[in-house]
Amino acid sequence: MIRRAVAALLLAAAVPAGAQTFAISGGTVALGDGSPPIPNGMVVVRDGRIVAAGDVRMKLPDGTQVIDATGKWVTPGIVAGFSGLGLADVGFGAEGAADTKNEGPFSAAIDVSTEINPSAVPVAVNRADGVTRAIVAPSAGKSIFAGQGAVIDTGADRDPITAARKFQFVELGQDAADKAGGSRASAHVLFRNALREASVLSRYGTPVPAGTRATPQERERPVVQNPNESRIYSAQRPEDALLTRFDAAALVPVLEGRQQLLVHAERASDILQVIDLEREFPKLKIVLVGATEGWLVADQIAKSGIPVIAAAVNDLPASFEQIAATQSNVGRMRAAGVDVAIGMPGDNETHNLFMERQYAGNLVGLQKIPGATGVSWGEALAMITSRPAEIIGMGDEIGSLAAGRRADVVIWSGDPLEASSAAEHVYIDGVEQPLQTHQTRLLDRYRYLPRTDLPKAYRH
Amino acid sequence: MSNKKALLAALCASVALSGCAALESKPAPAAAVHINEDPFPSTYVRYPGVPTVIRHATAFTGDGQQINDATVVLADGLIQAVGGPELASPAGALEIDGTGKFVTPGIIDVHSHLGDYPSPGVSANADGNEATDPVTPEVWAEHSVWPQDPGFSRALVNGGVTTLQILPGSANLFGGRSVVLKNVPGRTAQEMKFPGAPYGLKMACGENPKRVYGSHDHMPQTRMGNIALARETWIKAVAYKKKWDKYYAKGGDMPERDLAMDTLKGVLEGKILVQNHCYRADEMANMIDMSKEFGYHVTAFHHAVEAYKIADLLRDNGICAVMWADWYGFKMEAYDAIKENIPLVHNAGACAIVHSDDPNYIQRLNQEASKALADGIRAGLPNLSEAVAWEWLTANPAKALGILDRTGTLTAGKMADVVLWNGDPFSDYSRPERVWIDGAEMYDANDPKKRPVSDFELGQPGEGDVK
Repeated sequence: MIRRAVAALLLAAAVPAGAQTFAISGGTVALGDGSPPIPNGMVVVRDGRIVAAGDVRMKLPDGTQVIDATGKWVTPGIVAGFSGLGLADVGFGAEGAADTKNEGPFSAAIDVSTEINPSAVPVAVNRADGVTRAIVAPSAGKSIFAGQGAVIDTGADRDPITAARKFQFVELGQDAADKAGGSRASAHVLFRNALREASVLSRYGTPVPAGTRATPQERERPVVQNPNESRIYSAQRPEDALLTRFDAAALVPVLEGRQQLLVHAERASDILQVIDLEREFPKLKIVLVGATEGWLVADQIAKSGIPVIAAAVNDLPASFEQIAATQSNVGRMRAAGVDVAIGMPGDNETHNLFMERQYAGNLVGLQKIPGATGVSWGEALAMITSRPAEIIGMGDEIGSLAAGRRADVVIWSGDPLEASSAAEHVYIDGVEQPLQTHQTRLLDRYRYLPRTDLPKAYRH
Repeated sequence: MSNKKALLAALCASVALSGCAALESKPAPAAAVHINEDPFPSTYVRYPGVPTVIRHATAFTGDGQQINDATVVLADGLIQAVGGPELASPAGALEIDGTGKFVTPGIIDVHSHLGDYPSPGVSANADGNEATDPVTPEVWAEHSVWPQDPGFSRALVNGGVTTLQILPGSANLFGGRSVVLKNVPGRTAQEMKFPGAPYGLKMACGENPKRVYGSHDHMPQTRMGNIALARETWIKAVAYKKKWDKYYAKGGDMPERDLAMDTLKGVLEGKILVQNHCYRADEMANMIDMSKEFGYHVTAFHHAVEAYKIADLLRDNGICAVMWADWYGFKMEAYDAIKENIPLVHNAGACAIVHSDDPNYIQRLNQEASKALADGIRAGLPNLSEAVAWEWLTANPAKALGILDRTGTLTAGKMADVVLWNGDPFSDYSRPERVWIDGAEMYDANDPKKRPVSDFELGQPGEGDVK
């Protein structure tokens, strides 16, 4: 009822004729905030933003386009919690089709937003399956620091970046041990040394305040003005510096808590080491990625307040840092009070983000298994919509159908946590998206095989 | 010199010359000695079960039928009867109320590397690719299978997988023999071996062999090199078989044995089934022609991402296509993957199979089938239903493994490899509740003692988890 009133007020502020207003009515609406789905709900969009959604009944301005979603489900677009979307067209063995290797001389300074290709086939394939935003991280090359990640949209346009340089990504588990020379201890010294080198630079000059450069669109405003804090390039550095100046400068905003630090760790003991970093570096804004053994230390994670972007259902002791893997990990962390989102770390993260909703459905199904811990339907949807958005600091912009959010909306053929359901309409910033892909074009061509007067190549 | 000739020479040295000459002029050919073709026999023995009757469940029989309010009777390791509520129970049978639940044949994954690429994925246990030569039909996957791979138990309790084929990897044109296992824990691979299941030969075309060897300046470096080397190998195999055919027909000196050629001879004789890793339509066509050139049959193309482009060719040649629902783009030869591949192949009248090739996907093959079914229906393909789609998970895989006469459908007289699901298995929300293999209950979600735990996991955190 409250929602209804608020919505009425907002609309009372008069919608100018010709404004991009539309409503989706009659469907089962799930807001993405953890609440259960609302039958026969409505979503109202104006100028690319959500005006109201849920159990709302209102008089719409004359001429408003009303989309009938009777029998359908309506949710916020999926926010891929941890991905490489836009970084690779082909995963392997195709020169020029992937930007996922970072074996060059730089590490923390790498800015993944410079390599997003919105035309890559996986962007379209995931868009067509209702993935509207993705948290994109570079992968670590020679260093434990992978570089700076971005939040993107999957819209069919040339403008994929929602937020550049949103976070730094660092390995601090087995991968880090390998890169550091064979031990986690080496990796931790490398990590501390890197922050020390950043600390030296941070003394020179005031950091550039975030977001001062006016851009035509607010969503392009980065958290960190220029990745490399150009005013500190000329600072004197100790002779024993290991990092390039560029990389050390890129860590200044991490050290000062102006940029989030996503830390990949799977083993329980590694997670505790990460939690401990906050004592040593109190300004760090840490997010754990992976945390397969998180359930073993769920209370400590909860107490630290560090959020987690976890793989949903990996239950194999796939490595010695994942011995305690169980599908109940997410549910148990959540039950302990940890803020959990679902991502795809190490799981076809450049291509198969559409699997997140299937994984979320599996977490719901887990509730029926004696001895296992799953999550509710509303919570599962939140873990692939609002939770990742909130964890990355963009909860007020994306990931739910709350009033004022960007109108990333999907109309599904059925319950979106059933993998058999499909996205029928996808809106990003209120703009309806094409759902055609390389794959759907191939289907059109090969649906009928009998020989025709011209080869299949002429069927397009 | 063979042993017999040596014996003859020794005899000659000790007897009169005349007698010896007579012996040499009329050598009676020795009868052929048959080689043991099963030197690592299955030692699997079904575990004891109790007569069990599942009532009021919805059954997908695996051969396209759906039975509402079904009754399934299991006893003595076999399915005794499948029908409606009218079926009587054997005396003293355990009665299970399946109301709201679903009963199906156990899922069969024709493409798994459990045991030969086990968890944890460390180099010490990575035993799937004998990537030292592109032609290694002499290696047998069963000699790599680590029965303590924790993945087997996940496939059972989450996936309802009761039978699976373990294949060598795809680095080689001829990767070696596969082995078909019952998904029961064993101390040895032999204790898991599906009794009487034919062997498979793993073959591969495309990117993998040419990459692995081409990068070492070794043939094959190209797709034409792949085919050339494979044909050269088949020429040798045909000659080898001819030698042995002659020996078995006429006796005489036993030809020298060659383990690699033994396997290929088995293929040419139709005893070993060809399981051919092949993504692209044009390459599958090449492989079909090669099989005709040398007189063998391709049983199935695995990872047949472009099967939909030549579904008619596969149908006409009686070849199964083994596919994922929606994996795509991870390499060039998977670039043209489409989500309707499985239903399009089925719709063309060819044999469609859902597979995993993955220790995670094997836990959700029912959901993979569900996606493929839904995509097919949305594409407007006719005559698709959940009951029909279940063929992709059990009957067609059983056919591709040569064991359809024993498992793969809910049919009286077949092995009681059965899953009771706690809901519709085409839903993400459903899981196996109970799993029987040869009538023995190997998993019960409500009984913590009815869950296998591998040796590797004992004493480790999470040991008691359902997983």
